[in-house]
Amino acid sequence: MWRYLGPLIGVLALGAIFAVTLARIGTGELDVREIPSPLIGKPAPQFELPSVQDENERISTAALAGRPWVLNVWGTWCPGCRQEHDTLLRISSDSVVPIIGLNWKDERSLAMQWLTQLGNPYTKVAFDPEGDVAIDWGVYGSPETFLVSAEGIVIAKHIGPMTEQIWREKFLPLLAEKSGGGA
Amino acid sequence: MIPELGHFALILAFLLAIAQSFFGLAGAHVGRESWIKATNPAVTGGFVFVSVSLACLAWAFAVDNFSVEYVANNSNSALPMLFKISAVWGAHEGSLLLWIWIQAVWTLGVAALTGGLDPTFRARVLGVLGIVSVGFMSFTLATSNPFERLLPSPADGADLNPLLQDWALSIHPPMLYMGYVGTSVAFAFAVAALIGGRFDAEWAKWTRPWTLAAWLSLTIGIALGSWWAYYELGWGGWWFWDPVENASFMPWLVSTALIHSLAVTEKRGLFKSWTLLLAIFAFSLSILGTFLVRSGVLVSVHAFASDPARGMFILGMLLFFIAGSLLLYAWRAPLLKSEHGFEVFSREAFLLVNNGLLVAAAGLILVGTLWPLFMDAFELGKISVGPPYFNAVFLVPTIPLILLLGIGMHSSWKRTRFQNVKVPLLVLAALSLVAAILVPLVVYSGLKALTVVGFFAAFFIMASALVEPVSRLRHKQTLSRSVLGMSLAHFGLGMFVMGVTGLESYKIERDISLGPGETHVIDDYEFKFVGTRPVTGPNYEAIEGIVEIREDGELLTTLRPQKRLYQVRGDMMTEAGIRIGPDRDLFVALGEDLGLGRWSMRIQYKPLVRYIWLGALVMAIGGGLAALDRRYRIIADDAAKKADQALSGGGPTGRPVPGAASTSTAAQRGA
Amino acid sequence: MRRSGRAEAARGNGAPRPDAGRLAEFGSALVAFLTALLLSLAVTLAVTGPAFAIEAERAFEDPALQKRYEDLNDELRCLVCQNQTIADSNAPLAQDLRREVREMMRAGRTDDDIRQFMTERYGDFVLYKPPMTARTYLLWSAPVILLLIALGSVAVIVLKRSRKPIEPDPEEAT
Repeated sequence: MWRYLGPLIGVLALGAIFAVTLARIGTGELDVREIPSPLIGKPAPQFELPSVQDENERISTAALAGRPWVLNVWGTWCPGCRQEHDTLLRISSDSVVPIIGLNWKDERSLAMQWLTQLGNPYTKVAFDPEGDVAIDWGVYGSPETFLVSAEGIVIAKHIGPMTEQIWREKFLPLLAEKSGGGA
Repeated sequence: MIPELGHFALILAFLLAIAQSFFGLAGAHVGRESWIKATNPAVTGGFVFVSVSLACLAWAFAVDNFSVEYVANNSNSALPMLFKISAVWGAHEGSLLLWIWIQAVWTLGVAALTGGLDPTFRARVLGVLGIVSVGFMSFTLATSNPFERLLPSPADGADLNPLLQDWALSIHPPMLYMGYVGTSVAFAFAVAALIGGRFDAEWAKWTRPWTLAAWLSLTIGIALGSWWAYYELGWGGWWFWDPVENASFMPWLVSTALIHSLAVTEKRGLFKSWTLLLAIFAFSLSILGTFLVRSGVLVSVHAFASDPARGMFILGMLLFFIAGSLLLYAWRAPLLKSEHGFEVFSREAFLLVNNGLLVAAAGLILVGTLWPLFMDAFELGKISVGPPYFNAVFLVPTIPLILLLGIGMHSSWKRTRFQNVKVPLLVLAALSLVAAILVPLVVYSGLKALTVVGFFAAFFIMASALVEPVSRLRHKQTLSRSVLGMSLAHFGLGMFVMGVTGLESYKIERDISLGPGETHVIDDYEFKFVGTRPVTGPNYEAIEGIVEIREDGELLTTLRPQKRLYQVRGDMMTEAGIRIGPDRDLFVALGEDLGLGRWSMRIQYKPLVRYIWLGALVMAIGGGLAALDRRYRIIADDAAKKADQALSGGGPTGRPVPGAASTSTAAQRGA
Repeated sequence: MRRSGRAEAARGNGAPRPDAGRLAEFGSALVAFLTALLLSLAVTLAVTGPAFAIEAERAFEDPALQKRYEDLNDELRCLVCQNQTIADSNAPLAQDLRREVREMMRAGRTDDDIRQFMTERYGDFVLYKPPMTARTYLLWSAPVILLLIALGSVAVIVLKRSRKPIEPDPEEAT
């Protein structure tokens, strides 16, 4: 009997997997294009880059050690970055955590213009025209936003435009947890 | 008005398909002759209305009716007429309509050519085909109506994706769909047999030509797609193991297995339940491919707009067809026991090995294609399974397959006495081995084990395929189309293996930059970059490079690769220049303007690449010949007579039962 | 269709028919057709495709290094593309990753170093050849498992059948 029911059972199991996958795509729980970062739980990659606004100012991760911070990867060529800009401005006005910008594969003058016209949500903005630092952080498309703990560990990554909801439900609880655990 | 007419015609066709299923299945069940007869007009009417519907959509494209959303999204007034017509199936909605139309063509073909089949059985076959049509039509009408209006309508269309503006694209999807949809015929025969409990050698004889026809369409469709990717996608690859390619390759492998297994069922009445299972799976894998490509569960180079809701619909349909038929199978298959034996070295055994290896190969592709999805489903992280995996593992079942083929072709039913063919086969094998070592050494540079294996298998298959036709012709014996077709198909496979081996072992690809007047040498060919000039096309602006190729100092050809900017979409396309030939292709594509007239470009030398597609074409021709074999026509005529007698003797109630084949065999032997 | 009359006439005629000449004719016509097909293919084509990656220069003078470089690019996935290697893609990220591969090779790093560098940043997704881990053992053993199942089942069936009586088949009997 099993010999003849075997194919049916196999097909039904496969169908169930497909159905669950589709349902998760439908609810937005699963994005087949999203690539999870292997950096979560690992020390944040170090960098030292010039600032967008001032070529001579160096921005280094070493100086950020000891407190949590956010890295936001953006470029003036990226529509999603324009979309999230107001959210970033609002988050930065709360001053919960410093937001460091990583200006990725961009031109200095365009980036400066963007910041002047749209407002600057960043504590500091590092300039990475070649994309070397972005590769170290495993960036594959902007905007991407990382949360780094006080111990210098990457604890969260969001791919795509930052939203109020994601900030409140994903980033803030992690921040509270980490600072609570540290105290 | 015309688009609404098309929509309305599709709805009518949908209703007729429901009628076709009902009258076919219910009529056969209760044995009511008037219902059974009603399937015929339903099939014909369905075909007419689907044709009207497709013609309406084509008309909307031809007259630039941009008030139809699908036309507005996929056409433009500047598009040449050929591409306006092929744009009908250039995206999701229209390609489904094409699919439905092809289903109607197959159904009409089955209805027209099975007049001699037992009317009850035939009604069931048409009924099952009707259900398949109902599935795809309801999917189209519910989720993907190509006749949807767009208000306000744009002044001009968004244009067809420039990638698809190519003549091969106008025939690739229809051929591929002919293959996919064609597997539904073998499926319908299998399900009808399972419902009725009728399953004998006669069944296999009826099913085989249809399976061959579907298989040859699939072969041509896949080969066209590969050829198109080779020149259209610019990097000169012919197979990328993308999910969309795998989706077409899996049903091909299983259909190939089915053709061979049907041969055993037809000739020896063996492997019945296995053959049924293959018929079900060939069709299931065709729909699975549609599901994978259109639902968005996998990332593929093929850009059908993916939509989970559509995915759910196809999945539901897929599960209905497969689970339903497998349930029938679990119920009926245990009855299909056969007591015939055969020896270890017999054609049956060789074909069984063939089936095992082909199905293992299809299973491997299925596992590799779905593995990233499993990882997602069980939240195990994301991985990619790409060409390096498939290229390595696919050889595991296929190398034994191609090595055994040369011998297996000459095995006989029940037991093989190799005496007759032993000497010629040994001689051919020895010659093939010598050639497989000499060709790499003399013609090409360098010798690798895998290259020798590939060339040996290729030469041996080709030589071995010729043994039977040549000896029959020499002894003035008959050479049936079936034998000729089989030999030709295997010869084509040998050509294909030779092409793949030569190409993958000795291809040369170079990315270089050349200024005007500079040259680059690959193999025996000198490529000289003369310069560039601007060119204006009907819907694009282009820069054309002029590259002269010299062989031994003599001008062989001038290639004119272009970089085109398609104005409507703003897409930049590369137009490669290719010199094709029986021994190699030469391929030049323009890269970037580096300033001062200097350009980067990719130059490729592609040895034996033509045999990949030519081999596939020869395989398809072989399949076509086999499908047209006389015995399939004879059985049709015989059956027609029998059916006439049966009808005059009291209607279709006298249904054959399992085992009928062996009794008739006994009767024949007695007679 | 038009041949059905003939087919009917020939039915039941098991003796060799004077068909060989016609078939030889057909065979030679087929050969001629294929030759013509081959020759007709020896022309120049011009065809289209999307912009793809072409590098301006060879990355390495040494052909062995260049080969290593191309092979590596062929197994690294372009993360922003639909389904392309970094060798094929012209996306800015693919260019950056190719540059990274080049620089690491110039610095004398091994292929494994480079693969590790990529997976540390992008995860196993970046490798078209999945690494051997607990999660892919089954995937990598699939060819062997499937082959064993296939050949095992075939062996069992063949052995069973070889002990059964061999009956003359209907084709032979007629």
